[in-house]
Amino acid sequence: MHDSMDINIEQISKTEGHADLEVKVRSGKVQDVKLKISENKRFYTQAVRNRHFVSVPQFVSRICGTCSIAHLTCSMEAVEKCLGVTPSAQTELLRKLAIYGMMIRDHALHLYFFCLPDIFKVDSVFEFDKSKDQIVKQAFAVKGAGNNLSKVVAGRAVHATYERIGSFSHIPSGEETSVLIKELKSVREHVLELIKIFNDCDFAFNRNTTFVALITKDYSFLEGKIQSSNGAVIKEDDYWDHLSRVVIPYSQAVGFTFKGDEFMVGALARMNLNRNTLHKKTRKDAREFLKVFPSNNIYHNNLAQAIEILHCIDHSIQLLEENEFKEEAPPAVKAKEGRGIGVIEAPRGTLYHMLELDKAGKVKFANFVIPTAQNQIKMEKDIAAVIPEILDMTKHDIHHELEKVVRAYDPCMSCASHFLRIKWNRSFV
Amino acid sequence: MRVSKKLRVGWFSFTCCEDSTMVFIELMNDKFFEWKELLDFSYFRTLKGRNDMTDLDIAFVEGAISNKKEEETVKKIRQNCKKLVAIGSCACTGAPANQRNSFDKSTREEIQFILDRFDHREKVSQLSEIVKVDDFISGCPMDEKVFLSRLDQYLKEFGIAHA
Repeated sequence: MHDSMDINIEQISKTEGHADLEVKVRSGKVQDVKLKISENKRFYTQAVRNRHFVSVPQFVSRICGTCSIAHLTCSMEAVEKCLGVTPSAQTELLRKLAIYGMMIRDHALHLYFFCLPDIFKVDSVFEFDKSKDQIVKQAFAVKGAGNNLSKVVAGRAVHATYERIGSFSHIPSGEETSVLIKELKSVREHVLELIKIFNDCDFAFNRNTTFVALITKDYSFLEGKIQSSNGAVIKEDDYWDHLSRVVIPYSQAVGFTFKGDEFMVGALARMNLNRNTLHKKTRKDAREFLKVFPSNNIYHNNLAQAIEILHCIDHSIQLLEENEFKEEAPPAVKAKEGRGIGVIEAPRGTLYHMLELDKAGKVKFANFVIPTAQNQIKMEKDIAAVIPEILDMTKHDIHHELEKVVRAYDPCMSCASHFLRIKWNRSFV
Repeated sequence: MRVSKKLRVGWFSFTCCEDSTMVFIELMNDKFFEWKELLDFSYFRTLKGRNDMTDLDIAFVEGAISNKKEEETVKKIRQNCKKLVAIGSCACTGAPANQRNSFDKSTREEIQFILDRFDHREKVSQLSEIVKVDDFISGCPMDEKVFLSRLDQYLKEFGIAHA
């Protein structure tokens, strides 16, 4: 039992990047926990000012490599709302498919390569023995299917090129969609196996919190109302009335509270609040696994991600089979002064882009609210709550357990991996 | 398939969006089992917990350098590798991670407290302003065909051959 100790974790790496953790334990009690997001700021909020709206979505796509399509799409929505542009029905369908491709790829990377090594008790995918070759092949097949869906629909999986204000510059051909449908169908069984693995995993850490998500009619991540597990229903335009910025002096990312309380966004929040709108095939085949929701177990975030992959596959197949995509003229787009708010569900939770444009169509003011920043306060409190439960473990295992808790949130692609470097500086009483 | 020895590589990331890391991992969809035989991923924090940055054949470095700690680390990487390859736009040119370099006075004043608090450098720099860079694979994200072609070239240079 470590009665007193200081844990200084340097470079938890990035938030899609770097973070550090400092923990102080005295007489068996946690005195202080500091989760410091140390990813160096690139100041997009300031740099986007005075940019013309046409270049804004591609520019802010560069906020994040792994979920760039989420930033791109959210920014498109903000610009369109500001200018009063209504995207065509086909554009909305193609956006859903682009988002689904990103979700499949992003969730699959997190689950197969960051979380499975914990379950298989190895350091990394590179240490999987021959007996795991099959699941590694499945992992790349699932990830590849998401990657290819984004490439065909949006041009690239990272910093996609086809999406533009109100329309797409390229429309997938019938031949391309047939290949996609075949590929998506071929990986569906692999995803059912993945769901079972995360359902059977016995990792657990429960703590009550408020869950917040954009509630969509078809679990498509793109439109709807913001809702919380304590009954709040908020229109997208009113988002700022309920979110409060919390400056965390030791962190390069601000934290947020929702109606004054810590909260969680992401797959677990979506599954707790909106699972009834999953695709009917997903609901049928994941019926047994959906029984655990609603859940406060942070590790069920990973089960929720696996179920979301299945939904993205099922709904994509349906959309691709039922629709023939045709070239269409882009809507007229004209500079206009105003304010627009884009709200979508990114892989890690609700993402907000707010833009104010001047008469010439240049950005006067911007506000971006990122999912990992919203989860920051809850993550820190979870770490504080889990430490007393693990103080009798070895330092190696404490280290590992703290990593697992943070990783369960999938805070971002690179920092969700094995990133803790602990400097131990303990005193035993 | 056996190889006589493996190319010892590190994959590092500094200030950027890590888009090229993403592209690199997506290339594994087709290349993983081949690379497992040819490459020793000695440092790859995105995928590994136990990492070693010493005695590398090649360090692939993504991102620009924005604070003093990053500057020290990239110099240490340089000392520990035979070849350093800049990956993606931020590493090769500094942009877009270096956008604060061209902020006007009032915007600069707005962000100054963060620069001070987190020990940022006066300006954000591309890698070649800090260390010797042996090769550049540009793009935002990097061009995957160029990367694959260069990797083949490096494997030949270091005498890594299929046995």
